[in-house]
Amino acid sequence: MNFVRSHVLVCGGTGCTASKSPEIIETFHSELKSHGLDKEVSVVQTGCFGLCALGPIVVVYPEGSYYTQVKVEDVNTIVEEHLLKGRIVDKLLYKETDDKGVERSLNNTEFYLRQHRIALRNCGVINPEMIDEAIAFDAYQALGVCLTEKTPEEVIEIISASGLRGRGGAGFPTGMKWKFAAASPGPVKYVCCNADEGDPGAFMDRSVLEGDPHAVLEAMAIAGYCIGANQGYIYIRAEYPLAVRRLRIAIEQAKEYGLLGKNIMGSGFDFDLEIRLGAGAFVCGEETALLTSLEGHRGEPRPRPPFPAVKGLFGKPTVLNNVETFANIPWIINHGADAFSCMGTEKSKGTKVFALGGKIKNTGLVEIPMGTTLREVVEEIGGGCPNGKKFKAAQTGGPSGGCIPASLIDTPLDYESMAAIGSIVGSGGLIIMDEDNCIVDIAKFFLEFTMDESCGKCSPCRIGTKRMYEILEKITQGRATLEDLDTLEELGNHIKENSLCALGQTAPNPVLSTLRYFRDEYEAHVVDKKCPAGVCKDLVEYKIITDKCTGCTACARICPVDAISGKVREPHVIDPSVCIKCGSCLAACKFGAIIVE
Amino acid sequence: MSTVTVKVNGMPIECPSDATVLEAAHLAGIRIPTLCYLKDINEIGACRMCLTEVKGQKGLVAACVFPVSEGMEIDTNSKKAYDARKRTLELILSNHRMECLTCVRSQNCELQALAEEYGMEEVRFGTPKEMEPDIEQSTPHLIRDNSKCILCRRCVAVCKEWQHAAVIGPNDRGFATHIGSPFGRGLGEMACINCGQCINVCPTGALTEVDSATSVWEALADPKKHVVVGTAPAVRATLGEEFGDPIGTNAQGKMVAALRRLGFDGVFDVDVSADLTILEEGTEFIQRLQNGGVLPLITSCSPGWIRFCEQYYPEFIPNLSSCKSPQQMFGAMMKSYYAEKMGIKPEDIFVVTVMPCTAKKYEIRREDQSSVNGLWDMDETITTRELAKMIRKAGLDWASLPEEEYDPDFGEFSGAAVIFGASGGVMEAALRTVVEILTEETLPKLDFVDVRGLEGIKEASYDVAGTTVKVAVASGTQNAARLLDKIKAGEADYHFVEIMGCPGGCINGGGQPIQPGSVRNFVDVSALRANALYTADALMKMRKSHEVPLIKKLYDTYLGEPGSHRAHELLHTSYRQTPKYPGLDADKNEN
Repeated sequence: MNFVRSHVLVCGGTGCTASKSPEIIETFHSELKSHGLDKEVSVVQTGCFGLCALGPIVVVYPEGSYYTQVKVEDVNTIVEEHLLKGRIVDKLLYKETDDKGVERSLNNTEFYLRQHRIALRNCGVINPEMIDEAIAFDAYQALGVCLTEKTPEEVIEIISASGLRGRGGAGFPTGMKWKFAAASPGPVKYVCCNADEGDPGAFMDRSVLEGDPHAVLEAMAIAGYCIGANQGYIYIRAEYPLAVRRLRIAIEQAKEYGLLGKNIMGSGFDFDLEIRLGAGAFVCGEETALLTSLEGHRGEPRPRPPFPAVKGLFGKPTVLNNVETFANIPWIINHGADAFSCMGTEKSKGTKVFALGGKIKNTGLVEIPMGTTLREVVEEIGGGCPNGKKFKAAQTGGPSGGCIPASLIDTPLDYESMAAIGSIVGSGGLIIMDEDNCIVDIAKFFLEFTMDESCGKCSPCRIGTKRMYEILEKITQGRATLEDLDTLEELGNHIKENSLCALGQTAPNPVLSTLRYFRDEYEAHVVDKKCPAGVCKDLVEYKIITDKCTGCTACARICPVDAISGKVREPHVIDPSVCIKCGSCLAACKFGAIIVE
Repeated sequence: MSTVTVKVNGMPIECPSDATVLEAAHLAGIRIPTLCYLKDINEIGACRMCLTEVKGQKGLVAACVFPVSEGMEIDTNSKKAYDARKRTLELILSNHRMECLTCVRSQNCELQALAEEYGMEEVRFGTPKEMEPDIEQSTPHLIRDNSKCILCRRCVAVCKEWQHAAVIGPNDRGFATHIGSPFGRGLGEMACINCGQCINVCPTGALTEVDSATSVWEALADPKKHVVVGTAPAVRATLGEEFGDPIGTNAQGKMVAALRRLGFDGVFDVDVSADLTILEEGTEFIQRLQNGGVLPLITSCSPGWIRFCEQYYPEFIPNLSSCKSPQQMFGAMMKSYYAEKMGIKPEDIFVVTVMPCTAKKYEIRREDQSSVNGLWDMDETITTRELAKMIRKAGLDWASLPEEEYDPDFGEFSGAAVIFGASGGVMEAALRTVVEILTEETLPKLDFVDVRGLEGIKEASYDVAGTTVKVAVASGTQNAARLLDKIKAGEADYHFVEIMGCPGGCINGGGQPIQPGSVRNFVDVSALRANALYTADALMKMRKSHEVPLIKKLYDTYLGEPGSHRAHELLHTSYRQTPKYPGLDADKNEN
């Protein structure tokens, strides 16, 4: 092994890759070489650091300098200043100061301070394409312990004792799932990994696979050992090419090292893994639909019972867990069940990764102990809404989840508390909305997603979501009656209770929860024919305040449909019959003379 | 079998331990509504009409797939279940083109029946009465109107599970989901075998046969046309169902009376040409057996099967009997023998058959089905269902119709011909003749029970004049595929094989009266219908094709001997390999 004096870690996650991190890495290599530093400084492409809003991210060790929004042009500066002369490049550093104006170190920043990284432990730390780095960070140690020191029953007992629950959405106790599958008789069983992450805005599974694929491979082998399976499948959406590539590399390297395949670590246990690409249908995140798709059929759910633990893939007992769930397993084995269960709440143990998005400063991935309040996540970790806007609501669990109003911002993020207020933890999508968001519009947006993604198999989901959407359209267009609100609620409950699978059973959640917490906003659309947030085009009107208008003509010039008229230096007027409510004039006016009502 | 005791609406019911909630309720005399469920082949729990309350379960359960357990308490008619079903029904109706009065399935529609049962006075969603038809018609036999489809997938299931064709499935997703063929192609571009099984299981008017009755009415109204009709063996076993007779009623006499009253100039039986088939096919078999011809010989009566063979198993084309189907033989004989006998120009004869079959609509325009003056052997063929509609349209009162006999010119046939309508019937009929010819002895017992019954594949072997003759019978093309695979793999060496396209044979053909899921799931419809044919056979004096005086006369005076040149001209045809995806293959050639 080569010893170097500095490590340059460059994020190679999908977000930073899109912002040219591969070019940054290339430039580092060439710059280091031209400065004769290529033997002293090592450049490592890592997985995601989490603070995606500020990518591409570069961290230089041993100093731990956290450079954000690095451009290809900045590489030369970092090499010449930091690596050659030892002077940290201040202008690129992530800046967060405390109340006294003192700059905080990376791990003391609000974003990282409250996080506790278990599933993401190696993301942003190791090169995911080098198994040696993973092994240096304890990869496959847990598998070795299981195979050589523990019976399958003992391993399952540890997982059960840890209190780990499925991180894909349903929160089913993982130990129990494994126990059922282990108890199902039969020589052929399967372990499957759900990497079909379909919630818009959620990307923790992708980040784990891109940043630490061996954690998942190791956990699947452990699961195989526990239930008596020798074959595993990773069902991953084809839209995750980088994750797929790193998985392939990881599987190949693990096989080379004898950590997958025949007679793993000389234990006599065989476990092989294959990758199956999904076409990205949301419903294939539902376990039975995923298995149906894996079998080569149209991805549609099937009735349960029989449950997959009894009759799953190809009719055989199957354990299917989500990526994040698996990523926790080796850590739990290595650190013990107590180390995991001491975090979280009474029934929701450990940590959960949330994907922060929407109207929030620090968009990205955060892994926090279960039970952390929404307020801590939004205000402290997330840094609040940008531009000083007021926090209005948070949508948890993506389109299957519910909307949490500002009044419930102190709700702890755990399975029970979320369910109690009509939402779900789900896969961990956390979308923040501010005062500019219309809640009806948001509900419509999410419902449109599930309506389109419904597989079309069962009647309530296929037809019901469409009918709900039609009512929401009526509301946002000002054509609805109060009776429609009742029908909407009735339909929502019907679909929730009577659909075949979790997609339909959760699809109405955004509507039902917003009806519960923002009924006045719905009623404003229905009764007053107004959209309080000024979003629903059919209900707003653009007007020019005569007193404020200077007649600068900026609005008239930018209007794409010539709806604005007026003489120079005289107040202008908007013709509402022509106006398409595009908002161009509002943006163009420097005098605040245009309002939306 | 182990049993469990459950409570259905408070009543203790003992049922098999592997029963479903639906089956337990059935045992208690309660019908839980279903739309998508078809026992064994479409157990998908998708329509959600059967949702039922089971004590201790979080929500309602899909009765069609939810297994019972000891002590389970089922409440089939709780308010919660009733409300859920009614709301689901409302949603289904909101996307179903409602034109009940003019719909072909009016009063025989499972959705309509449920709407009535659940008192659907109002549908709050969609515009079901203003929807436009959404028609797909690219085959000679089938019309699909997706505006009436409720996506129960029963058609998809039979096409795949029973018929091995799988040429339809759900396309698109969500509200846009619709049943269609791959790549949005027309069914006519797929390897559809025209069997019509999809029509039989459709709960609504989304699938219907192409109308052939109109041209029959026109011919009947044309004074220049001499219109004759022949009825297939299986039609007599089912027609009564259309008029409320119990399943399995033999309606031959009333059917003949009805056809006469509809104005047909000759009312004949295709059974006569079934007897001819036995003579021709039996002769062909004996020749192949004795001269080292291609074996097994496989029957060719079923056009669905023929189409399946040509598309899916063309390597078996040399095994097919060159005999036309009885229908086509009937047409050929009408336009030759009958025309000459009656002194009518073949051009003036309009030949109609009543068939249990939709593939017959395709068969009548197949190549090499024209024997006289370049005329098609057959002019038109209608299904059992279409005949029933004609009878209703003509105002014939089924109950008071007398029982009448066929016209004698082409109306004398054997019991062997009657059983053609049930799977195994052709084989049994052939054996009755072939064995007697080969052994030159009279069979002591005519019932070949090994080839009867409704199993998908039946096998038997018989010692015939010192030779062991191995036979097999398959019905439903899924079973045909299994059987042919076995032969291909060298796991079986049959001499003679009967294959029928539809499961159970013609009694369960795609043109037969439609029984709703609630009947199909609990009553063995095919067995009851087959029983009508076997009972008729048992009561007949003539039970062997080669002993029917009319058949003897036809050969003596007209055809010569079985397999003669004349017989070949009129009664035999040819087959050719057909591409599985004609449309797609054409595209490939263009590219």
